[in-house]
Amino acid sequence: MVSIGAAVKDPGSTRKNKTGSWRTFKPTKSEKCIQCGICYNFCPEGCISQEIEIDYDYCKGCGICAEECPVKAISMERE
Amino acid sequence: MVVKVISSAEAISEAVKLAKPNVIPVYPITPQTKISEKLADYIANGELDANYIRVESEHSAMSAAIGASGTGVRVFTATSSQGLSYMHEIVYAAAGMRMPIVMADANRAISSPINIWNDQQDSLSERDSGWIQIYAETGQEAFDTILQAYKVTENPDICVPTMVCVDGFILTHTVDPVSILTQEEVDSFLPPFKPVNAYLDPADPMSLGTLADPDYYLEIRKDLDDAMQRSLPLIEEVGKEFGDKFGRYYGLLEEYKTEDADIILIAMGSICGTIKEVIDQQRENGVKVGLLRVRVYRPFPKEAIINAVGDAKLAVLDKDISLGSGGALYLDTKSVVSNEVHGFILGLGGRDVTPSDIVEIIEKTESTSSDEIKWIGLRE
Amino acid sequence: MDIDAKEYLAPGHRGCAGCGATMAVRLVLKALGSNTVAVSATGCLEVITTPYPETSWEIPWIHVAFENASAVASGVEEALRSQGKEDVNIVVFGGDGGTTDIGMQSLSGAMERQQNIIYVCYDNEAYMNTGIQRSSSTPFGASTTTTPAGTQSFGETKPKKNMAMIMAAHGIPYVATACASYPQDLMNKVKKAAETKGPAYIHILQPCATGWGYDPAKTVKLGKLAVESNSWILYEIDHGKVNITQKPANKIPVVDYLSQQKRFRHLDEKHIQIIQDFVDQQSKELGLLE
Repeated sequence: MVSIGAAVKDPGSTRKNKTGSWRTFKPTKSEKCIQCGICYNFCPEGCISQEIEIDYDYCKGCGICAEECPVKAISMERE
Repeated sequence: MVVKVISSAEAISEAVKLAKPNVIPVYPITPQTKISEKLADYIANGELDANYIRVESEHSAMSAAIGASGTGVRVFTATSSQGLSYMHEIVYAAAGMRMPIVMADANRAISSPINIWNDQQDSLSERDSGWIQIYAETGQEAFDTILQAYKVTENPDICVPTMVCVDGFILTHTVDPVSILTQEEVDSFLPPFKPVNAYLDPADPMSLGTLADPDYYLEIRKDLDDAMQRSLPLIEEVGKEFGDKFGRYYGLLEEYKTEDADIILIAMGSICGTIKEVIDQQRENGVKVGLLRVRVYRPFPKEAIINAVGDAKLAVLDKDISLGSGGALYLDTKSVVSNEVHGFILGLGGRDVTPSDIVEIIEKTESTSSDEIKWIGLRE
Repeated sequence: MDIDAKEYLAPGHRGCAGCGATMAVRLVLKALGSNTVAVSATGCLEVITTPYPETSWEIPWIHVAFENASAVASGVEEALRSQGKEDVNIVVFGGDGGTTDIGMQSLSGAMERQQNIIYVCYDNEAYMNTGIQRSSSTPFGASTTTTPAGTQSFGETKPKKNMAMIMAAHGIPYVATACASYPQDLMNKVKKAAETKGPAYIHILQPCATGWGYDPAKTVKLGKLAVESNSWILYEIDHGKVNITQKPANKIPVVDYLSQQKRFRHLDEKHIQIIQDFVDQQSKELGLLE
């Protein structure tokens, strides 16, 4: 069964696709985090919460959060 | 009901006004312009409350039609010839996205050479696009068909766009008496559009026009073809309902003196008026000839055609050609019947089709059995 | 920074790691909020966000073809208006190919008609979805798969089309350039565009790790280098008035931006000087340099 005209009436349903499996390097937050929100702003997946919790189900490991962190609170480690 | 002596272009505009579309994106092209000018007049004079988009191309006309239809409102547009070819890509998209759009096409030849006069190459070239195609013979039929088209196309079980085709100039620019229904009569037949499949609304978000990979594309195309097939009985049902209400009945085909015919001519559009006159004369001379007018060309009414032709010799008249092969209607007909079928190409680029041309076709069909495609009206 | 906590573009999309397009679009959507309809041109964004039967979009979204997103949006706008829903934002997303090349005609039409839409071009300076072919937005000197650097070629030979100025010439009320590396600046502009009655055009420079050839972690960095070298100038034209919205704190030479990208790595000093002269000229025209 397909939907009429390939319309998708399930908003946000790419969440079924756990892109965390793409990841080679994993970002890990340390206690140095000052909750500035810069990583939240820049995450292309939108998978860092405003409380700076990383959702590894979707994190592709691009490393932008670690690169942009002003206090170097996020480290990238090979999985 | 009032009777007005008007062109088919105006008859279509009157029907559109009564159908009350919300959005009308159009781009001028001869000989369609008479329709879009008339609709602009209605809006300018407060007779029609619709948002008219003066788009910068036919490609954008169909694109805006999809945008508006996808937002859940009734839409109308009209085009012709190069305009239809230019919007080709989006004609397919409208069907694929199952947008219930009604479009009038003023049938006109395709370049090159550039030619503004009538044939049916433009819409026939869109036969595979997933649009219902209905060819009108008269202004009255064009008026009636626009109203029926909305009822068919907006049926939630169908959601397939419809193209109402009228011969350019021959119909669009010549006047005939047309019975115009009242708003009350139309409202009693055509309810307001209620989108079920697609509507862009922040209160109920949906994504339209998604990417389907090989896992899904085949099923989605089959679903469209199934809807096309389902539309055939609905078109008949709506044509009958229209007849019961207003006294003018419409089906998939019109059969004219075919019952005992040895030869049946098969054609579409305004040419059928000339053919009927010739048939009447030929009948007086004892020639048993009839006409099968194909009103609904897509979906192709296979069963109805098989039932209508019996074992008569068939002569198919095409105002179009699949170059290097034959006329589109000829090829479709040949694919469904086992009768002897003769193909004739005529009237391209507005070449006059005279009663003697029709007589020649009948004689050639009588006297030959060759399946070679014959061109009628060529100068030596 | 004041930012909407809701995500309007769900994760699980198929964008490359470090995608600058989803980074920018996510911020644009946060600035607009839920009362928004999005229209996409064919391109990376459309492909990565709507693999049937899934969608990343949390708001109503429509895509029809490559070159017609502005016309589709025109239809959406008129339909919403006819339903009395004039308060809904209509945002169009087109890549540089879908905007500056194949979508130019429908975009020009919609702007000229003063349709009340926000057009956002996410410009990664080539046809990335089809494999890094040159567009009219590809800058001078860039090596792409159709302007490859070789023994007889230094890559793209023509300067980038100045799209923002072409849009400004339409006399529309709001035109801006932006970059996701400056999220506050970007979101301010989107909010201004939404408040503007009539059409608005925002041209976002969007670094692309895959097409430009750099480490995906550097997407934000590349945007900053572009702005700090004046290769990409952040300004707005608000009802005809030009404002530079983000002046480089420490202006750097263009070579510092170019040298970070594989697509420019073949350039010699002569070509880099041509680019520097071009950038200086543009900066002068916008009043950034004396």
